[in-house]
Amino acid sequence: MTLLTRRKLLNFIVLTLSGMAAVLGLFMLSWILGDVAWKGFSSINWDFFTQLPAPPGVQGGGLVNAIIGTLLMTGTAACIAVPFGMMSGTYLAEFGKNNLVGHLIRFLADILVSAPSIVIGVFVYLVLVKPMHNFSGWAGAVSLAIIMLPVVSRTTEEMLRLVPPEIREAALALGSPYWKMTFVIIYRSASSGIATGVMLAVARVAGETAPLLFTALNSPYWMHGMNEPMANLTVVLFNYAMSPYDDWHRLAWGAAFLITMTVLAVNVFARIMLRAKRRMS
Amino acid sequence: MNEVMYRQATTGQGTGMKKNTMAMELGPQRKLEMGEIKLSIRHLNFYYGDKQALFDNTLDIAARKVTAFIGPSGCGKSTHIRTYNRMFELYKGFRAEGEIMIDGINLLDTSIPALHLRHRVGMIFQKPTPFPMSVFDNIAYGLKLHNSFSASEIEGRVEKALRDAALWDEVQGKLHHPGTALSGGQQQRLCIARALAVEPDVLLMDEPCSALDPIATAKIEELIEELKGKLTIVIVTHNMQQAARVSDFTAYMYMGKLMEFGTTSTIFMNPVRKETEDYVTGRFG
Repeated sequence: MTLLTRRKLLNFIVLTLSGMAAVLGLFMLSWILGDVAWKGFSSINWDFFTQLPAPPGVQGGGLVNAIIGTLLMTGTAACIAVPFGMMSGTYLAEFGKNNLVGHLIRFLADILVSAPSIVIGVFVYLVLVKPMHNFSGWAGAVSLAIIMLPVVSRTTEEMLRLVPPEIREAALALGSPYWKMTFVIIYRSASSGIATGVMLAVARVAGETAPLLFTALNSPYWMHGMNEPMANLTVVLFNYAMSPYDDWHRLAWGAAFLITMTVLAVNVFARIMLRAKRRMS
Repeated sequence: MNEVMYRQATTGQGTGMKKNTMAMELGPQRKLEMGEIKLSIRHLNFYYGDKQALFDNTLDIAARKVTAFIGPSGCGKSTHIRTYNRMFELYKGFRAEGEIMIDGINLLDTSIPALHLRHRVGMIFQKPTPFPMSVFDNIAYGLKLHNSFSASEIEGRVEKALRDAALWDEVQGKLHHPGTALSGGQQQRLCIARALAVEPDVLLMDEPCSALDPIATAKIEELIEELKGKLTIVIVTHNMQQAARVSDFTAYMYMGKLMEFGTTSTIFMNPVRKETEDYVTGRFG
């Protein structure tokens, strides 16, 4: 075998193996998506969005309370995490580039990103739920916010750092104070990137179950506020999928479908936005 | 009228013995007629952390004239002009020593916040740097920083700045379009207009044409020609022809040292040092 044919053969083997790995990954993904779409789509109807869950054995019923609960808690979490995350990301990118505090925050944020979400759920259970003797929507929102915070912070930092140094220098050369340069010029340059990061963070927590299991719990009723246990799609999915009832299984598939499609849509939209941004700069 | 001596060629560096002796003979006698001086740079040393990048640069920049800095890549030309507005303060470990006097104030005096000095020294970069906002807002941003003008006053000043930068006719109808949508050459002139709007004494241009096509370059050069009656321009360029075309004075730098400084015609036609001649004739660098 000549050297050339050997290299060609090796090239062929590597190409085949990596191609097979890619196909396997894609196959698994489309299997999951296909299964969820196939079984979930049929449970999606008007009742699904408008009715409360029905007791086992009773036909119909929907998950309107869980849908609203998930929206409320995710929204509240975003309201808490986005301002804090953006401010800490701004600190990391603009002021904490090389100092000890910056490195420390960055390190902790990285640990928090990879912390199992159930740990965060248990943590919020101990500091909020137990002292208040009550599972609540607030506790759920706080646990989701803690998960979002490091993601928003690190994306903000990365997006601010992508702004070319010349833009900063050009603003400062006009006699601009540093804070004005950051908030007017740099934020604007990085805005679509930061928005994308926020959307990806929202998508990430929208699918979380473990932290809500310990904090918001679940409820089959209408909510009267965020001070009480709150229904949400992921915990409903978890409970119903474990139940022995076919009706509940159907609703669980519907919930799975809704969550998956929402997260997919947000991701796709975020990616399109990022691409548009790259093309512009 | 100020008279500044040629920076003398000092140590003989092997080659060009004859030139060097000539420099020593000529040095003290050759005087440079510069007119009014805007910036006096004295013993400027610059350090990137432990690494020294500028060595004892001393020269004067003539008011309302164009001074060009030439020299091979990495020789310190950009580093040199970037000390004039203390932009290096943004980066940890960068520091400058020496004196840069402008109207009796030392620009390097750390007791004066850089914020109070920077609007006196505008800066144009290699790549155009329009802000992500409309053409109008790009210029209004700088205006609003220093004064509380009325809306109509701002409008008037934006127009004036755009006219001064020879851009008004092209953007008149799209003042509220994004500045980033303009062509490269227009973006660069927008940046010049933005810098002019805050009425600086000095305009630093760091290779302002190296990202532009020949036509856009010609327009910028024309603009430099028009502007130099109004303000002092310092330009860094890799393009020797450009330096010869636009500048009145030229400084040749090598390895962080100011090798030779004089009128552009002397530097190009009759340089004192052999190294300068080698560089401007393209034999080196």
